[in-house]
Amino acid sequence: MDYLDHLEAEAIYILREVAGQFENPALLFSGGKDSITLVHLAKKAFRPGKFPFPLVHIDTGHNFPETIEFRDWLINEIGEKLIVGYVQDSIDAGKAVEQKGKNASRNALQTVTLLDTIEKYGFDACIGGARRDEEKARAKERIFSVRDDFGQWDPKRQRPELWNIFNGKIQKGENVRVFPISNWTELDVWNYIKRENIALPSIYFSHKRDVVFRNGQWMAADPVLQIDNDDVVEHKSVRFRTVGDMTCTAAVDSIATELDDIIDEIKASTVSERGARLDDKVSEAAMEDRKKQGYF
Amino acid sequence: MNILKFLTAGSVDDGKSTLIGRLLYDTNSILDDQLEAIQKANRKNDDGTIDLAILTDGLKAEREQGITIDVAYKYFQTEKRKFIIADAPGHIQYTRNMVTGASNSDLIIILIDARKGVIEQTKRHSFIAKILGLKKVLVCVNKMDMVDYELAVFENIKTDYLALAEKLGLKDVDFIPVSALKGDNIVQHSQRMPWYHGASLLTYLEEIEFEEATNQGWRFPVQWVIRPQSSDLHDYRGYAGRVLGEGLKVGEEVLVLPNGYKSKVKAIEFAEKNLEEAHNGSSVIVHLDDDIDISRGDFIVSANHPAKTDKSFEANISWFENKELDPSQIYLLQTHSKVSKIKISEILYKYDVHSQEQLYNQSIGLNDIGRVLIKSADELVFDYQNDFPENSRAIIIDPRTNLTVAAALMTGL
Repeated sequence: MDYLDHLEAEAIYILREVAGQFENPALLFSGGKDSITLVHLAKKAFRPGKFPFPLVHIDTGHNFPETIEFRDWLINEIGEKLIVGYVQDSIDAGKAVEQKGKNASRNALQTVTLLDTIEKYGFDACIGGARRDEEKARAKERIFSVRDDFGQWDPKRQRPELWNIFNGKIQKGENVRVFPISNWTELDVWNYIKRENIALPSIYFSHKRDVVFRNGQWMAADPVLQIDNDDVVEHKSVRFRTVGDMTCTAAVDSIATELDDIIDEIKASTVSERGARLDDKVSEAAMEDRKKQGYF
Repeated sequence: MNILKFLTAGSVDDGKSTLIGRLLYDTNSILDDQLEAIQKANRKNDDGTIDLAILTDGLKAEREQGITIDVAYKYFQTEKRKFIIADAPGHIQYTRNMVTGASNSDLIIILIDARKGVIEQTKRHSFIAKILGLKKVLVCVNKMDMVDYELAVFENIKTDYLALAEKLGLKDVDFIPVSALKGDNIVQHSQRMPWYHGASLLTYLEEIEFEEATNQGWRFPVQWVIRPQSSDLHDYRGYAGRVLGEGLKVGEEVLVLPNGYKSKVKAIEFAEKNLEEAHNGSSVIVHLDDDIDISRGDFIVSANHPAKTDKSFEANISWFENKELDPSQIYLLQTHSKVSKIKISEILYKYDVHSQEQLYNQSIGLNDIGRVLIKSADELVFDYQNDFPENSRAIIIDPRTNLTVAAALMTGL
């Protein structure tokens, strides 16, 4: 079996296990290419039926407008339910405190809103687009990853995961994060997007925009970055290799306007995808620490 | 291009993680920012070269202790193949994680330290490979640089290991002498061992092919029933699942187990298109001619080669928890999409994983492998490991903690 067919069949199998094993699952949708790929896989798993879960978006309020536009277009296109949890609501309720200063980001605050949203709707399983090739702590995580009452991941108490038999049994209050594309690499995702002709937000492709150079990376010059006189704004051809919120996702110099160009660019790249994520650069165990707190 | 999944096993200091780090490094699978992070972590070998083990030890506790605690999955690709590596811990207290890594692999690389030869852990890991039915064992005799790249050392270890393999009944074994630290025979054939004429590790992994499965017939465990119940698809009823074995065709006769109804395949659907047939490993939707009550956990199987159904059977199990197996307790057995209440009514014997002797009148606890008699509340659908390996596997769950306490393999006598 060709490797993309193999990865696709495995992901569909996992999505159907979620449908079969849980009462109230959800698909975490960020508007990035990985969760867009999950939506495509869910169509293959459940059509002509409806998805047995809603899409859930945790909106930091600092998203790229193109991502939100794309999200709303996609929801309309597939006719499925969308639930949005707003980080701003968590801040207004005093549950999350906004960071201060020029490098302030709402990335860490997402966890608070995510856990609140899970609790509010009583989700017992949350499907996410994380991949093991992204980061070394993720390389260790199970496909069915149990989180405790506080949303925490305990890497030392992970259940053995054998063959393709997934144990989704949990106590009340616990929930499971499920990662159907765990075994995909960044390149696999792009090759699949190309093969399946999957639509993506425009910011994945080269475009001209105002950017500022911050901490060694090009960031979108948007008011949420608190641009001041020290910043030099430039107009450049860039694209985003990974799409998170504007405060933590850096652009890369690129003239790749087609999927083929992007695939060539990734093959030739000497920097990993997460290299453009400031949230992972905080410390060596940044991802592991965030996951222990409940980050997805 | 297809995917090869393999596992590396060895004891604590055999240099497993270094071997994987070397494969990744020498195939240019490590990118600049990842190298930078490694250099920042400042872990160096005695000779000043960077410590490649840090690439796979993803958890803080692992880096602190310098040992691998949990399975790490790593991915790399060459022109010829895609690879998924399960890097499993060698330490005895993490045997369960090794079993986990092995269950998802086609091939196991057993590392032997050239200075130490075949040791207790080698025996345990080889036994696990045998029990789990891995298709191929590749022995890498590592640290050849520490024994002056001597042929005699390699040959002695080979002789010892072949004796072990024969005792275990492991048939397909190959050997490569390597030094993961120095890169000998990893990607390039080493000039320092001119006496070795075989392939380098990478070439071996790129070229190895397995015989197609010999099992006959197919199994289709139903995961989910698709019923849109919309006005235009009012009578639509499709069974969603993944094909195991030979594959199925439209028009073929089927049995629905465990209840035993007969029917025929009316249609096979994938991504809203109809197919004439579905192959091993594909996730599809199956429609049957007759309107039968089928739900998640039921099996649709080939009528000419059906699976077994029984409420009582023997199995080999590998125990994962500190709390010992309790024959009076109710457990859950999960096979694919079916969960049943069971009792492990009798411990027939336990294996001494080093001598492979059968030990009687023993309890089964953490890291033990034994043979048991299982009684189930429901009629279970399964095959023996030799007949149809993909349908001989199960996990055992303790309903009080929900933990996966054991892996089970249904094997004939």
